[in-house]
Amino acid sequence: MGVDNRPCRDCTARDNARMALISRGFTGRRRPPEERDRLPPGQYLVDGFPVLSAGPTPHTPLERWTFQVRGAVQPTPTWTWEEFRELPSERITRDIHCVTKWSKFDTTWEGVPVDRLLDGLALDGRFVLAFCDGGYTTNLSLDDVTGGKAWIALAYGDAALEPEHGGPARLLVPHLYFWKSAKWVRGLEIRREDRPGFWEELGYHNRGDPWREQRYSGD
Amino acid sequence: MVHVDGNAAAGILREVFAAEMTAAACVCGHCGAGFALAETHAYVRAPGVVLRCPDCSGVLLRILRLREGLSVEMRGVARIEI
Amino acid sequence: MSNATAATEPLHTPLAWQAVELVEKLPATARAATLVLRAPAWPGHRAGQHVDIRLTAEDGYQAERSYSIASTPEDAALSLTVERLPDGEVSPYLVDELRPGDLIELRGPIGGWFTWSSEEGGPLLLVAGGSGLVPLMAMLRHRAATDSRAPARVLVSASAIDDVLYREELDALAAADDAVEAHIALTRRQPPGWTGFARRVDAPMLAEVGFAPDARPRVFVCGPTGFVESASSALVGLGHDPSLIKTERFGPTGA
Repeated sequence: MGVDNRPCRDCTARDNARMALISRGFTGRRRPPEERDRLPPGQYLVDGFPVLSAGPTPHTPLERWTFQVRGAVQPTPTWTWEEFRELPSERITRDIHCVTKWSKFDTTWEGVPVDRLLDGLALDGRFVLAFCDGGYTTNLSLDDVTGGKAWIALAYGDAALEPEHGGPARLLVPHLYFWKSAKWVRGLEIRREDRPGFWEELGYHNRGDPWREQRYSGD
Repeated sequence: MVHVDGNAAAGILREVFAAEMTAAACVCGHCGAGFALAETHAYVRAPGVVLRCPDCSGVLLRILRLREGLSVEMRGVARIEI
Repeated sequence: MSNATAATEPLHTPLAWQAVELVEKLPATARAATLVLRAPAWPGHRAGQHVDIRLTAEDGYQAERSYSIASTPEDAALSLTVERLPDGEVSPYLVDELRPGDLIELRGPIGGWFTWSSEEGGPLLLVAGGSGLVPLMAMLRHRAATDSRAPARVLVSASAIDDVLYREELDALAAADDAVEAHIALTRRQPPGWTGFARRVDAPMLAEVGFAPDARPRVFVCGPTGFVESASSALVGLGHDPSLIKTERFGPTGA
């Protein structure tokens, strides 16, 4: 049996090197980046695009898929898949950083800006809870998903977003750790009070800024 | 994402419970099904470890490794016999 | 309640990382190697259990994986058989780089569910997908080491003959002990003159090689998730008691 357990994250890398046995010649799958300044603290650049998931990959048929903005907002629009595809989208290239320490530079996406989805709505809350097929949730401030910082991504690279990477649509918030870029997103709930999402309620940081290494609450 | 099973979580469960847990009999809090922890659907490629009911897929248990110690949430488990 | 076996001792021993030394590396197949380890503080184990291996790079980066124990509780040395996965992070290091004298960190034994010990008796039906054979081989070796007379049948599925772990040992075991049968299903390529199975494991194959359900064999199925689920539903469909079937699934591309 060869099964993936997660690497030791309760220590900083230096603590690990001090306390654990160094394995001669082991480097893992990482490669040194040409631009070290581009990597947030504690991150490693990887090849490939690791797939992490807390549950089975949902497969909602597109004819039943909808995206909703609901909660402390007027009105509460809903789009079908056809309607959503008609919204103007844009291509963006960003670095992404996972809390499990891998980073990828220059990932290319196509998506609908969240600003566009909230345009014209009367918002009565400063907090957002993204909700998804399969039950995953993540919470963000309104500020972190507006002002050109967030998209509902429909394509990665040149292809439609694959199910294992969150297709048909995922939230994309590249300036925060990637657990906030919720896969299989079905809507945003505007809230007057913050409510921790799936991992935040277990102890991940409420905001998750990789440049301040906000992995866990209290960081 | 294909799941593995609770056998894969044996090591971390041992850290949480200070006991070998895979043979422990568990009742799902969502659907009432009974099974051994080894038979749960385990997602170990998540930021944390998630164990789901093999019958209804409901979340039984979540374990997150923090900077110091572990965070465990077990709302989905109605009962567990060790 | 399905399969809730009595707790096996010891339940409450601490699980600490220990440094173990590679004594010898034996090639198993083109892609796999058996690592023979010296673990000074080894408390003993049951066939079917696994260990966690942890590697730390000089800059502190760590990776952990689990590997089934290949050796029996009766063996003097602890051994693991590791298959190099194409996109692997840990397995290529263990199979290709690790040298005798090198130290790695290990904790275990782990797992109280997917185990068999000869006092539990048989018959024993072992169904393996690829490297899922490792813990089942530990069970077969333990059976031999304890002179158990429990009838045992093993069915191994692999893409090609060169990928079958322990091939010669399985043949020898079956030849020497008329209570043991070994069957191989090659799913992608078969050598010329092959008389074994040439397709994926399915219900008719399991009916042909397995014990009848009313013999009430203890069944162990190990391999990638898809393989395990398909084989175990086929076994239940044939009439085997689900409470006698124990399964261990690992990811299709564990790494």
